[in-house]
Amino acid sequence: MNVKLKVWRQHSAKSEGCFEEYEAKNLSTDMSFLEMLDVVNEDLTLSGQYPIAFEHDCREGICGSCSLMIDGEPHGPEDKVATCQTYMRSFKDGDLITIEPFRSRAFPVLKDLIIDRSSFDRIIQRGGFISVSTGSAPDANAIPVSKVKADVAMDAAACIGCGACVAACKNSSAMLFVSAKAAHLNSLPQGQPEKDIRVLKMVEQMDKEGFGNCSNTYACEAVCPKAISADFIAKLNRDYAIASIRTKLLGREEVVETI
Amino acid sequence: MELNGKIPSGPLSQKWDNYKRDAKLVAPSNKRKYEVIVVGTGLAGASAAASLAELGYRVKSFSYHDSPRRAHSVAAQGGINAAKNYRNDGDSVHRLFYDTIKGGDFRAREANVYRLAQVSVNIIDQCAAQGVPLAREYGGMLDNRSFGGAQVSRTFYARGQTGQQLLLGAYQALSRQIGLGAVESFQRYEMIDLVLVNGHAKGIVTRHLVTGEIKTFAADAVVLATGGYGNNWYLSTYGRLSNATAAWRAHKRGAYFANPCYTQIHPTCIPVSGDYQSKLTLMSESLRNDGRVWVPMKKEDTGKPPASIPEEDRDYYLERKYPSYGNLAPRDISSRAAKEACDEGRGVGPGGLGVYLDFADAIKRLGRHKIEERYGNLFDIYKEITSEVAYEQPMRIYPAIHYTMGGLWVDYELMSNVPGLFVIGEANFSDHGANRLGASALMQGLADGYFVLPYTINNYLAEIKEKRPVTTQSEFTATEQEAKDKVAKLLAINGKRTINSFHKELGKIMWDYCGMTRDKAGLEKALQLIPALREEFWSTVNVPGDGEELNQSLEKAGRVADFLELGELVCRDALDREESCGGHFRSEHQTEDGEALRHDNTYSFVAAWEYGNGSGPKLHKEQLVYEEVHMSQRSYK
Repeated sequence: MNVKLKVWRQHSAKSEGCFEEYEAKNLSTDMSFLEMLDVVNEDLTLSGQYPIAFEHDCREGICGSCSLMIDGEPHGPEDKVATCQTYMRSFKDGDLITIEPFRSRAFPVLKDLIIDRSSFDRIIQRGGFISVSTGSAPDANAIPVSKVKADVAMDAAACIGCGACVAACKNSSAMLFVSAKAAHLNSLPQGQPEKDIRVLKMVEQMDKEGFGNCSNTYACEAVCPKAISADFIAKLNRDYAIASIRTKLLGREEVVETI
Repeated sequence: MELNGKIPSGPLSQKWDNYKRDAKLVAPSNKRKYEVIVVGTGLAGASAAASLAELGYRVKSFSYHDSPRRAHSVAAQGGINAAKNYRNDGDSVHRLFYDTIKGGDFRAREANVYRLAQVSVNIIDQCAAQGVPLAREYGGMLDNRSFGGAQVSRTFYARGQTGQQLLLGAYQALSRQIGLGAVESFQRYEMIDLVLVNGHAKGIVTRHLVTGEIKTFAADAVVLATGGYGNNWYLSTYGRLSNATAAWRAHKRGAYFANPCYTQIHPTCIPVSGDYQSKLTLMSESLRNDGRVWVPMKKEDTGKPPASIPEEDRDYYLERKYPSYGNLAPRDISSRAAKEACDEGRGVGPGGLGVYLDFADAIKRLGRHKIEERYGNLFDIYKEITSEVAYEQPMRIYPAIHYTMGGLWVDYELMSNVPGLFVIGEANFSDHGANRLGASALMQGLADGYFVLPYTINNYLAEIKEKRPVTTQSEFTATEQEAKDKVAKLLAINGKRTINSFHKELGKIMWDYCGMTRDKAGLEKALQLIPALREEFWSTVNVPGDGEELNQSLEKAGRVADFLELGELVCRDALDREESCGGHFRSEHQTEDGEALRHDNTYSFVAAWEYGNGSGPKLHKEQLVYEEVHMSQRSYK
């Protein structure tokens, strides 16, 4: 099959970008979308042009590196997959495919299709963890965790941190990402001691990074390659409200001070 | 030169305790005076960086990824072993130790493996406390499953994404320390050289992958946690970015590279579908708990739909050859058995390079729901790639390069022969011998990072007399200049061939002559082809763009240049090791029934290679002395 590509090219964070058109010829439908870009890049290199810069690593949908907006959809046309798990069989011969980076103020473009998602890391650094230093853990079976809770925690923990939720949201909200981490840790007995402070800090950092607010359109859930449920956003709102009440109204000032 | 592994005295079960009793400590108030560089943020690197910072050391953490969470440990699927004996099925530290030593075909260091089994239980405790959502039973206790090479259920798991969850646990511990200011995080920095001061590792040279700036960093010790070199074969289950550059450049500065020919070929990967293929995807070994491996008995049946082949015309070859372990025979054995079946013309799928992994019986026995719960995400991955539904027809699988047991030589303290250079996780050579058992890589990475290095590094740091060097010293400026020159040299070639075409060609040489089976003639041929290809690379490769920008081609060129050197050493080591053991199968050395034939009298040593710098690599041996275990012919029958 043959397709035409319209690709966002931008030399660096500071330069202006524009769309360029390329042809991708003699493709197999079993090729992955990124393998198609590999072929295009080989041709570009051989013809003395700059290959298209895009982020990728594991190519099996788990590292969260790949981050392409394909025809206006984060990770392309198929549901519940990352860009690297999108195959050319999802397109038709002769298609014109538009490829852009994920766009958000909190994800500045570094080059072509590569963005800076370190804002996600800074949110985790503020509170997306359980404070347990190496060596201080009790026996793993000392704290039973109900299977139901463990499964919910796992559903939430499946997030790969790709940022598709932000790219899909008209407000560039990171609520699905933040709520997934909060739900993972807050669902478990091990996560209870820091539950309040965790959500307050993570949300504060999220706002600081310039992500927008959630207006409940569920676009995030629809594009999430790991099918993270927007129900977690409701849980985050609830946990946040309770944490605010407990810390601010009930006067647990020592908690407020550490935020 | 005989290498000294610095194995502590005493009986095997007391060596680690004896070591800890005698090791030097650094007082809490002094720890903040020391700086440690940790390169890599996978299971080993992230757990080490977090644990060292918790102790009070000042840590600088480096990774070429945009986030520590992307390290390729994230892709490990199946599970992590620990000698918890929660199943009451006869497991113990000694049994995990023995299984691992035996699985490694008696080519690992006894004391290291015993320590690994000892600390395995602490890892599970640590991860559960971090909130890693390991699978639970309804009563709230942790669940287990079985993995290859063991007759007990000791593998802990988090659905089909155990590596991801353990990595996120370590990443979160690391993030906490970054947030507290105890770890300084350098993302998108690639280590391109090691700096030695008076023979000690005291810093690194990095290239910032966005700006292209080449910069040096100084420290009191350097820890490499930079993973394996499976991408030397081009097609592998590794992430596309995984590379050997940090380890190889440390090797060129004097660190010995041990057992490079010990590579693991995983039996259950999705077969190659075309020439454009960029990577191979693993289907976790855990699938072999419920899936049955088979090929048609007769060649002429290979093209038929699998369901139409009656039971009596199927050859469940693993169950037939290895009745007591069956489909859970170790990886090296299962891979070779698949290759044999395909070599006999009984392979299935495109090119006859595939065997069936069939779940029909398990679905009949347990119901589709149970199978979905256990392996749902793996079946999804399989469908995305092949567009086939494995609940309805068997998967097709074929072996692929998956792990490298070889790596930089380290002693019991995980320090290389270069003082101050520590190597942990897959990047070192020490624990898996000639073959790694399933669910042992996650165990080793976290053991090294959480529970071994934080003890052993003190012993080195406490002895340092000199002040930490500064990056304006001549050792740093000189090494930085060499690194800059190398980058400039790559950019100046301006030839006609793409980097990828060289990588692919190298991968084919490696797979054809240094893959699942190896022989003298093939290895000698590879040793001619690789240097010739390397020469061609340095005269005709095309690296577009320039150095002071985000340039993925330049990044890749540096990594492929290193593979072109390391590949030669792998083949040299494979040629030198005139025996078969684990993943290293020399067709000249096999038993009558085709199993690996070791020569313990002549080859029970670790082959540690010193970089030759023009004169060819020089071999140093560390004899493997087994005090507890009797080396025997492995049998899984």
